[in-house]
Amino acid sequence: MDIAEIHRRLRERLGNIVSPELEVKDWSLCDVKPQSIAEVCTILRDEPESAFDCLSNLSAVDRKSADTIEVYYHLFSYQHGHRLTLRAATPRPDPILPTVSHIWPIADWLEREAFDLMGVRFTGHPDLRRILMPEDWVGHPLRKDFVEPEEYHGISTRRESLLKL
Amino acid sequence: MNADAIDLDVRRETSRGLETEEMTLNMGPQHPSTHGVLRFVVKADGEVMRRAIPDIGYLHRSIEKIAEKVGYHGFMPYTDRVDYVSAMQCNQGWAMACEKLAGIEVPRKGEYCRVIACEFGRLASHLLSVGATGMDIGAVTPFTHAIREREYINDILEELCGARLTFNYMRIGGCAWDLPPGFVGRAVKFLDRFEPLIDEYNELISFNKIYVERLANVAVVSREMAIAWNLVGPNLRGSGVKYDVRKDAPYSVYPEFEFDVPVGTGERGTLGDSYDRYMVRMREMEESCKILRQALAGVPEGPVVAKVARMFKPPAGEVYVRVEASRGDMGWFVVSDGSAFPYRVHIRTGSFAAMAIIEELSKGLMIADLVAVIATLDIVAPEVDR
Repeated sequence: MDIAEIHRRLRERLGNIVSPELEVKDWSLCDVKPQSIAEVCTILRDEPESAFDCLSNLSAVDRKSADTIEVYYHLFSYQHGHRLTLRAATPRPDPILPTVSHIWPIADWLEREAFDLMGVRFTGHPDLRRILMPEDWVGHPLRKDFVEPEEYHGISTRRESLLKL
Repeated sequence: MNADAIDLDVRRETSRGLETEEMTLNMGPQHPSTHGVLRFVVKADGEVMRRAIPDIGYLHRSIEKIAEKVGYHGFMPYTDRVDYVSAMQCNQGWAMACEKLAGIEVPRKGEYCRVIACEFGRLASHLLSVGATGMDIGAVTPFTHAIREREYINDILEELCGARLTFNYMRIGGCAWDLPPGFVGRAVKFLDRFEPLIDEYNELISFNKIYVERLANVAVVSREMAIAWNLVGPNLRGSGVKYDVRKDAPYSVYPEFEFDVPVGTGERGTLGDSYDRYMVRMREMEESCKILRQALAGVPEGPVVAKVARMFKPPAGEVYVRVEASRGDMGWFVVSDGSAFPYRVHIRTGSFAAMAIIEELSKGLMIADLVAVIATLDIVAPEVDR
């Protein structure tokens, strides 16, 4: 079964929760209502015709102009060899999404990374804490409005330009 | 007193006298046998681990943030630092993502140069991996053998691009330099010398009884577990999943070459154990040699790089590109807003998943086996942290 057919069935079953398919540079993408992302992912993993047994990647993008943070879920099926990308947009001031870490265990760390660098909070995540940045870091560095702190524990983050010395 | 009673007494004595409590052991971040700067908090009951909790981030250099500041061409040297043990494939991933965004066609000779560079890079990376596996579990000699050969590969790559570790060889649209005069002859000469050495290396260490005992049946990853945890590359194939991006989602000129995808078979223990993962890397080196021979024999004429504007501004859009790096499927997610700087870059690497699975794998393992697990999962810390 091809991706268009899987997508059509998903729309039939869930209605407007899933948007019509968008074709972006030869991969298929569809928008999903943020509160339903875990439900959609469970269906996509468990239905034998889709069988997305692997979450290849989870990336968060700060869309400052639209005032949203978009989270991309790149799904892959080793069984069928097809892939599909889901996109969930969540409001920028308070980005909250349900976790998918109970569906694919790797999502545990990928969601921690998205939380650490982009500030997306995943409800139901077993252990949502920083993963790459130090525990006491303030802010989420990949946000477009992130301001680099002047210093960290007394270590200055500024330096004079070599040309001015 | 009969035997049973003695037995009971001994048991009672043991349960009272040798009651053990959970011990917390810190390993790293500067432990000599961890690959790069990473840290584990090990909860152990005597010699047996209850779990090892990875603590990562010590090598986080915010490479993805840097990408947003330096522009498309300028980011190329930084991609070397994502996985500095096999930088060529990182170069290629970034170049391919940019080319896909802007719709640039790479000249055929450029693709051949890329394949040659990447496969030499894979040989160098796998040599370090299998050598370090030996060293981690106490065999120092094989490491020196592996590093000796790796030095020759570094010489070859140095001839190609002037650097031995962080190559910065590729450009958006092709490669920076053409093959130097006499390169093909020297590369083939190296392969003639190197291929028999793989067998020698196998005889020296791979089939050594002590070595097999240390790796076989240790940290078994089942097929389902490997997929759910998103293990990629040799780690995935070690669990018996025949999937290689070069074969199953072909890119560059890989479809023109004949090569096999070795998978684990559980030959010395259980399918998906540490030995399988190790052996897949040994076999992959043979396959890389096959690809290299075919590529070196068929290098076409022509330019190695397409004409790309110095001020590179791809149209707005997003791409997700995958390359088969030495540590498996490396995903490059790039969002462009049409300006000269990438809007967002996300790099999904093989070691990240391999690191995540360790907490699950470590349950019930001996402490001494933890380094064997890290080594056979081929974890390179900078790739985890980026």
